[in-house]
Amino acid sequence: MKKTVFFGALMAAGVAAGAAAAATLDDVKARGKLNCGVATGVPGFAAPDANGEWKGFDVAVCRAVAAAVLDDASAIEFVPTTGKTRFTALASGEIDMLARNTTWTFSRDVDLKFTFVGVNYYDGQGFMVPKELGVTSAKELDGATVCIQTGTTTELNLADFFRVNNLSYEPVPIETNAEAQQQYLAGACDVYTTDASGLAATRATFENAADHVILPEIISKEPLGPLVRHGDDEWGDIVRWTLNALIAAEEMGVTSANIAEMSAAAGDNPEINRLLGTEGNLGEMLGLSADWAKKAIMANGNYGEIFATNIGVDTPIGLARGLNAQWTEGGLLYSPPFR
Amino acid sequence: MTTLTDPPRESFRLSMLIYDTRYRSMTIQVVAMICFMLMAAWLINNTTQNLESLGKKIEFGFLAEPAGYDINQRLIDYTSRDTHLRASFVGLLNTLLVAVMGCVLATILGVFIGVLRLSKNWLIARIMTIYVEMFRNVPVLLWIVLFMAVLIETLPSPRAFRGDNATASMWLGDTMAVTNRGVYIPEPLFSRPLGDLPVFGAFNISLELLLLVAILIAGLFGARVIGKRADAVQEATGDRPTTWYIQLGVVLLPLIAALLAMGFHLGYPELKGFNFAGGIHMRNSLIALWLALSFYTAAFIAEIVRAGILAISKGQTEAANALGMRPGRTMRLVILPQALRVIIPPLISNYLNLTKNSSLAIAVGYMDITGTLGGITMNQTGRELECLLMLMLVYLAISLTISGVMNWYNERVKLVER
Amino acid sequence: MSDVSFVRTEMLPQQAPPATSVGLVGWSRENLFSGPVNSILTILSLIFIYFVISGVLHWAISPTWAATSLGECREMIAAAYGEGAGHKACWGVIRERWLQLMYGFYPPYPVVPSANFGAAPEGAWPAFFRPNLAFVLLVLAVVPVLFSNLPRKMLWITAAFPFLLPWLLWGGTLWTPILVALGFVIGYLVMRFAAPVVGTIAGFILAVAVPLLWWGFAIGPLADAFSSVLPLAIPEVQSRDFGGFMLSITIGVVAIGCSLPLGILLALGRQSNLLILRSICIGFIEFIRGVPLITLLFVASTLLNIFLPPGTNFDIILRVMIMVTLFAAAYMAEVIRGGLAALPKGQYEGADSLGLNYWQAQRLIIMPQALKISIPGIVSTFIGVFKDTTLVSIIGLLDPIGLSNSIRADQAWNGIVWELYGFIAVLFFIFCFSMSRYSMYLERKLQTGHR
Repeated sequence: MKKTVFFGALMAAGVAAGAAAAATLDDVKARGKLNCGVATGVPGFAAPDANGEWKGFDVAVCRAVAAAVLDDASAIEFVPTTGKTRFTALASGEIDMLARNTTWTFSRDVDLKFTFVGVNYYDGQGFMVPKELGVTSAKELDGATVCIQTGTTTELNLADFFRVNNLSYEPVPIETNAEAQQQYLAGACDVYTTDASGLAATRATFENAADHVILPEIISKEPLGPLVRHGDDEWGDIVRWTLNALIAAEEMGVTSANIAEMSAAAGDNPEINRLLGTEGNLGEMLGLSADWAKKAIMANGNYGEIFATNIGVDTPIGLARGLNAQWTEGGLLYSPPFR
Repeated sequence: MTTLTDPPRESFRLSMLIYDTRYRSMTIQVVAMICFMLMAAWLINNTTQNLESLGKKIEFGFLAEPAGYDINQRLIDYTSRDTHLRASFVGLLNTLLVAVMGCVLATILGVFIGVLRLSKNWLIARIMTIYVEMFRNVPVLLWIVLFMAVLIETLPSPRAFRGDNATASMWLGDTMAVTNRGVYIPEPLFSRPLGDLPVFGAFNISLELLLLVAILIAGLFGARVIGKRADAVQEATGDRPTTWYIQLGVVLLPLIAALLAMGFHLGYPELKGFNFAGGIHMRNSLIALWLALSFYTAAFIAEIVRAGILAISKGQTEAANALGMRPGRTMRLVILPQALRVIIPPLISNYLNLTKNSSLAIAVGYMDITGTLGGITMNQTGRELECLLMLMLVYLAISLTISGVMNWYNERVKLVER
Repeated sequence: MSDVSFVRTEMLPQQAPPATSVGLVGWSRENLFSGPVNSILTILSLIFIYFVISGVLHWAISPTWAATSLGECREMIAAAYGEGAGHKACWGVIRERWLQLMYGFYPPYPVVPSANFGAAPEGAWPAFFRPNLAFVLLVLAVVPVLFSNLPRKMLWITAAFPFLLPWLLWGGTLWTPILVALGFVIGYLVMRFAAPVVGTIAGFILAVAVPLLWWGFAIGPLADAFSSVLPLAIPEVQSRDFGGFMLSITIGVVAIGCSLPLGILLALGRQSNLLILRSICIGFIEFIRGVPLITLLFVASTLLNIFLPPGTNFDIILRVMIMVTLFAAAYMAEVIRGGLAALPKGQYEGADSLGLNYWQAQRLIIMPQALKISIPGIVSTFIGVFKDTTLVSIIGLLDPIGLSNSIRADQAWNGIVWELYGFIAVLFFIFCFSMSRYSMYLERKLQTGHR
């Protein structure tokens, strides 16, 4: 803010002139804060608590990046974005990265010109119905009223699914998850469809969660991940490898409990050493300090720990790891090697 | 005799551009024009530069691609394979639908409340005052979500109608179902339909509707002719022949005959599967938006109507009474024409506000043009500039039409000052 | 003979009116039951009022103030009234979140941004000291404008307020607002002393250009220089942390404050007889009035950055403020144009015959009267703008309605509806209702009998 050009009292508040396109890392460092786009409120993934502190699975990715780059997991400005504003916020440089359960699709990558740095949650679109309807398959939903959240890929998948199966339905588009839930519970729609994780999260908060079933059909692939703008590969690398570090840490058994001990001195496992910066110069290659990954992991633990604290089986949301288990345990999480 | 001589011709000096009032306005305008052009050029230049760096071009080709999403309420045929353009058009029709419905209800409510606010009944007047203050002073967005919440939470869901121990039942002898998914009312059906009339190959207009409207207009015209005749007789003889039943017959009989000829009957809603089927489905989102906009705008219209009535001085009524006019004619011939002069311009600008406020439909998921073109289409295609440009142009066209009507009216009723 | 009179010679003593036409009975006969229709209406209204009030009270009276989640509320209600108590309010959410609804994420102690209001850092100002002070100053600044019987010295607060407000809310060094204010002083001085030397027109141009240059180029370095000597700085707060009613009020106040002068200029432009100037003003006003605010907010959130030079990056709240200001200015211009049009032609002609030039005539004769006539319209535009600030929730800003969605996304409060909406509605009502009452008071006061 020091180098601000002032055009009258109003603008004193915030015309920050500076190149937004290139060298995001330098901008972030100069600013001392990471601008991270999150959802305005999705249970377990991003929501502010009573103290105004953002918590959740997506939020943790932001915190890890902030810790890696700025050495401070709280040096973040969280920018709440809606389905409509998220891409322009990123494209215009208002935010440095977007971690808002955003599906990686061809057109978003190629046409909208964003780089998806990886996948932090493998999701798919599912259906939830009240048990009393006696529906066991999505193919039986002919003529049903379906609540959908607008501004997502969900409504396109839904239209395709019903069209392909030659079923009729009545879509009820809704802006926020909270309202969708309200309508579903009141019986204003028979079915609620969104990403399976969201369904589980929503169901977890119901008074009688057991009265609702999630149908077995998953009608789409929804790889959700953080993304950055095209054109700044260095910054993309930082976010990508921070995410990978979290995943690799779980694979290698590095947790927030033992990380202090493990990073104190080089151990037997060279890959852990490289990850934690006790060997090699991976951090330097990224333009960060040698212990960047250590800081990122210490912010909220490794991927498994983040999952467990925010959306795991012990939380009210209660999601099983499923596809999001490590590849060694039959899941899809597979971090490229650190070398 | 003196001769008039021209004042000495001044030669033009540059400073006259500033100091001579004849040229100064020219100078100011030229400067303003240059500033304006520079500003526009600057904006356009920035835009092209930014778009270039984002790698986007301004093009409207995306409108011809399949939209891919479904719209629940559509006045014309539409499927998810239709184009974005058609989806926008569906949205536009929905906007116009809720705007027209809103204006009608808001006017009725507003006049009613405005008159009741002047009621001699203390309690009624107070209740109406509370109504007006309550609706005027809370944001319309809040009213829209509140109405939606009321509809969803208090009305029974279709499930409640099912089974032997149903907790809810249909209204008016099983012809109308009020559920929290909306209201199902009987629909008009014709057993001997005339078919549809395609317009530009884009959508169809039902011929029955056209025919009925044509008959109605013809009937009204006939009734008017009869009324004119009666006037002429009254002027000539002083006695007015009673014509109301003839007029009524001229309007109604052809209409009824046409309906019978086409085999008019009502289709009733029935519970089938998950939902009610048949009948006209007025969705929750439409009802919530419609009621919220109407109740909100009615509070403003009530104030306008009240002010309009109060603006007519008592002397007008007394003068009309002194001429021997009966109260009904006083109202029709003296008070109303004057009150309308005060009432109509702000009334129309409230219609305009209602239409613009209907863009908040997005909060309850009503698929108006903001929800289709400015919502899902914009999200899916990422063409913000093009979508917003079109969206603004559409609203601008609607607004300019309405304010054109208003200006025409103002011009017509303007009091001529010196 | 003469002592017999057939006409009463002395007045009868005045009799008390019949019991049915005085007191409560008389009043209700006259006002409530003056005829069969009125009686029926009255009874119907009484029944209606009874149902509404009993329904609302049944819902609102609910001992759930201490609850920390919706589940806890349900337990408390079941404990107090047994199962099947019907729909009852859950007030715990207001207790837990009301500071958030008021201030959004504004740090309670900007000195230590991470401290929450539960844990006050040592020696800090009271929680939310700055926004609260700004609000008090707002009241102090507005009051002398509103009520003319207050000491005129208070107008100094009004003059200083536009400069203090950004400083208090956003923080930074005090030098910036001081230097910005100095720009106006410089402009005035140039007008005063340079104009006689170089001529009125050139003086006017100078008086505009010099402060612009001052703001554009001198302030940044000067503020840095001064603050390195004497910081006078308070911690900065990002505008992203603004939320809740504070956000609504800030956007509202900024938009209202900036739109009035802008609106006056636009109205004058629209009334002027310079064709090009008039066309530009008409085009602007009709465009802004022709589109809904929400589309302008979409422009603010998605397009404004594209229109500005590459690399410029405003934060979203500032962009929204600009758009809402432009929006309000167009409406304000129409209200003031109405006031201008309502002035009798004689006023303009009188000003001309006195030999006043355009600006003198506007300043001394036209504007004071036109503004007075348009006060009700101006206030209702203010109310409208304040209500319209809720639309920012649609583009993802956390105003009260936006926050109500975030709060409902929290596990503990998932499913709460009425309490939040009711609370927000009541607060908006209080603000807007008091504004509209004030406008009525003003209308009566300024009624100088022109009718």
